[in-house]
Amino acid sequence: MMPLSLADAPLLGLPLIQLWFVAMFFTLAMFLWLDGTNFGIGVLFGLTEDETTKETMLAAVAPLWDGAEVWLVVFGGGLFAVFPDVYANLFSGYYLVMFAILAALIIRGVSPEFREQREDEEWQTLWGRLFVLGSALSPFLLGMFAANWLVGATGSITVPGIVVGLALVALSVVEGGAFFGMKFEDGLPADLLDYTVMAQTAYLVLAVVAVVYLYLFVDGMAAAIAGPVPVVLVVLTALLGIGYVVLLRGERYLPAFVLAGVQTFGLITLVAYLLYPVIYPTTGLTVVEAAVSTLQLNLMTIVLAIFLPLVLVYFAVLYNAFSGPIEAAEGY
Amino acid sequence: MIDPVLASRLQFALTTMVHIIFPTISMGIAPFIVYFAWKEYRGNGEPWISLRRFWVKVFAITFVVGTVTGIVLEFEFGTNFARYASAVGGIFGGPLATEGFMAFFLESTFLGILVFGRERVSDRLYFLSSVLVAVGSWLSAVWILIANSWMQTPRGFEMGMRAGQRVAVITDPVAAYLNPRFPWMFFHMQMGAVLAAALFVGGIAMYKLTTTDERRAFWKTSLKVAIVAMLITAPFQAIQGDAYARHVYQTQPQKFAAMEAVWETDTYVPEYLIAFPTDLEDFLNPRAKELFGIGIPGGASWLASGGDPSAKIRGLESFDTKAPPVVFVFWSFRMMVGLGMWFILLALWAGYRWRTGELLEDRWLRRGMIASTGLGVVAVELGWIVTEVGRQPWAIQGVLKVSQSVSPNLTSTEATITLLGFVLGYAALLSIWSYLMYRIIRAGPNAPTEEGQGTTPSTTEVAAE
Repeated sequence: MMPLSLADAPLLGLPLIQLWFVAMFFTLAMFLWLDGTNFGIGVLFGLTEDETTKETMLAAVAPLWDGAEVWLVVFGGGLFAVFPDVYANLFSGYYLVMFAILAALIIRGVSPEFREQREDEEWQTLWGRLFVLGSALSPFLLGMFAANWLVGATGSITVPGIVVGLALVALSVVEGGAFFGMKFEDGLPADLLDYTVMAQTAYLVLAVVAVVYLYLFVDGMAAAIAGPVPVVLVVLTALLGIGYVVLLRGERYLPAFVLAGVQTFGLITLVAYLLYPVIYPTTGLTVVEAAVSTLQLNLMTIVLAIFLPLVLVYFAVLYNAFSGPIEAAEGY
Repeated sequence: MIDPVLASRLQFALTTMVHIIFPTISMGIAPFIVYFAWKEYRGNGEPWISLRRFWVKVFAITFVVGTVTGIVLEFEFGTNFARYASAVGGIFGGPLATEGFMAFFLESTFLGILVFGRERVSDRLYFLSSVLVAVGSWLSAVWILIANSWMQTPRGFEMGMRAGQRVAVITDPVAAYLNPRFPWMFFHMQMGAVLAAALFVGGIAMYKLTTTDERRAFWKTSLKVAIVAMLITAPFQAIQGDAYARHVYQTQPQKFAAMEAVWETDTYVPEYLIAFPTDLEDFLNPRAKELFGIGIPGGASWLASGGDPSAKIRGLESFDTKAPPVVFVFWSFRMMVGLGMWFILLALWAGYRWRTGELLEDRWLRRGMIASTGLGVVAVELGWIVTEVGRQPWAIQGVLKVSQSVSPNLTSTEATITLLGFVLGYAALLSIWSYLMYRIIRAGPNAPTEEGQGTTPSTTEVAAE
């Protein structure tokens, strides 16, 4: 048998269930920030005609997407380990959306790798198009999934699903545009700058539409939305969006990229805030009811406490190695 | 429309069988890459730089397909097997989450450096990245196999309640996660992966040495490294596999009976090394006693008990649950063992020809090596069929059946749509991967760079415009 302390009480008396609720949304936000950046670059790939820019885009995404996608893997794995009923209900409840997400992620992942294996134009055009498709559909479907989860929708195609899906595509372009700006000696090309600013505007509009929709049409959410936290988050996002555009126009890409990340975390914070203390609105299952035994929570917390800091170090090493402009011969 | 339980079974079988090809090759090649990168780091120049570069290219594209097909598996426990996920997530989910945090992050971040970062990091960090990718990919296997072995020999839990459902609650994590099956499975899988990769590398090298005169030193070194790996892994795999079968007999007697197609409990059960079906019924529903074959009297009893030819083996008819589909388990087991024997022979034969200095002169050895390029992966597939089909009808041996695991709200339409999607999508994915592998192999390594200094990008050249 295990020492009594591990089986009987949470480590250090911490509120581990709530900590894991936060940790899960943290991994989701990390995914939407870091891989969202790659999705955004993928969308911009479809909007540019310049072949050198396209190659630079692929070279920017190539070393980073695989690691970024693991944030989604640990989101799924963490839910499975700590909130198994949520994992089970959510993934089976939105069955076709989940497989559409997987298909989009598969296409996004393999297409740049495949594209660079042959020189002929037809082959490269095909995989380039699929790369754009996968990059646009992944955030759209993930947004649809997250919104349906939040409102407890029973179907897949819903108004909040589509609005939040589009918002996540826009947010991905916001992230991707800022990150991609760092890959040039002399700033983001003008057309991409315009698309990125448009995306920031679109994100703010869509975010407001989504919040207003929740306020007006979703039962029991009006009071929560009118509260201080959502209002502060929405105002903050608007300010961050304005700051982002100013920074981007001033070619200060790194701080702009950080502001895009803060907007992502703001969005996910709003979702988590509106859910809590429920974790699966369709059945009204609460966070506390859904959590696994104290022993397993303690074990998983030990894993998280040891490895999360290490993981952040890996990412620091990786992003540091690939920081700065891309040289002509780099990439696939 | 296909019944959701059957469709989920077929879909999981298809998605795992396609997925396992890629980690088998990437985990197996990883130690080779570390060796090549070490030689390069120590300043040994060519052919090591070209070796590292070329096999990293093969590794990278394989790893990418492995990543995207692997995520599907993790999600399928939720989408298709929601009742399973709810019932055992409190134990089974832990290793999967730990795999993500401990292993998958490590391998996927340093993979970026290994594949694209040669010119951007120091030699030391570059070599370290190759080690971390290899360690990460093997740690992945640790946690995935901990999860799978718990399905075979579940321990360390009791049934309890959570949110109104009966679920497995962990009581002893050491018993659960270091369950008796884990060490057997881990050793067998990892040796199998290295052997499969050695056959893959060796077969390709032999093919190139037979068909072209380019880069002979490069391909000869690839071949010799592969033969050394085959000589180490092939015999060990057989010795360990023999003991592993005994362990299966002790812990999963129903699976063992299916492996041997023993229906009635008996003593002095023979081991049919070679068995021939004499009619279709014999093939589809094999019963060892009625097969025409060459049997060692008491052999299966001897194998199961570790030396006693009179040992009793429980027959399939003595279990309360329906027997697993014996046709898959019995024939897969035989084919896997047969391939294992062939790999030992091939390794010894190649080793002998190497000693006599006729490695490339023996026409039949060349043919044998080339024909065996993909057979290591086939053997791994067959082994997993024995493991997973042999556990049926259970998902968790003796605890939860597959039929009780499927998502309650899953409709036939949904399940059929995704099954069809996977059949088509994975057929395309496999074809494209094979086609690109063929192109990479046909093109061979890039020309060696001057003075052994890397001056070109680590993978294929970027289109100039």
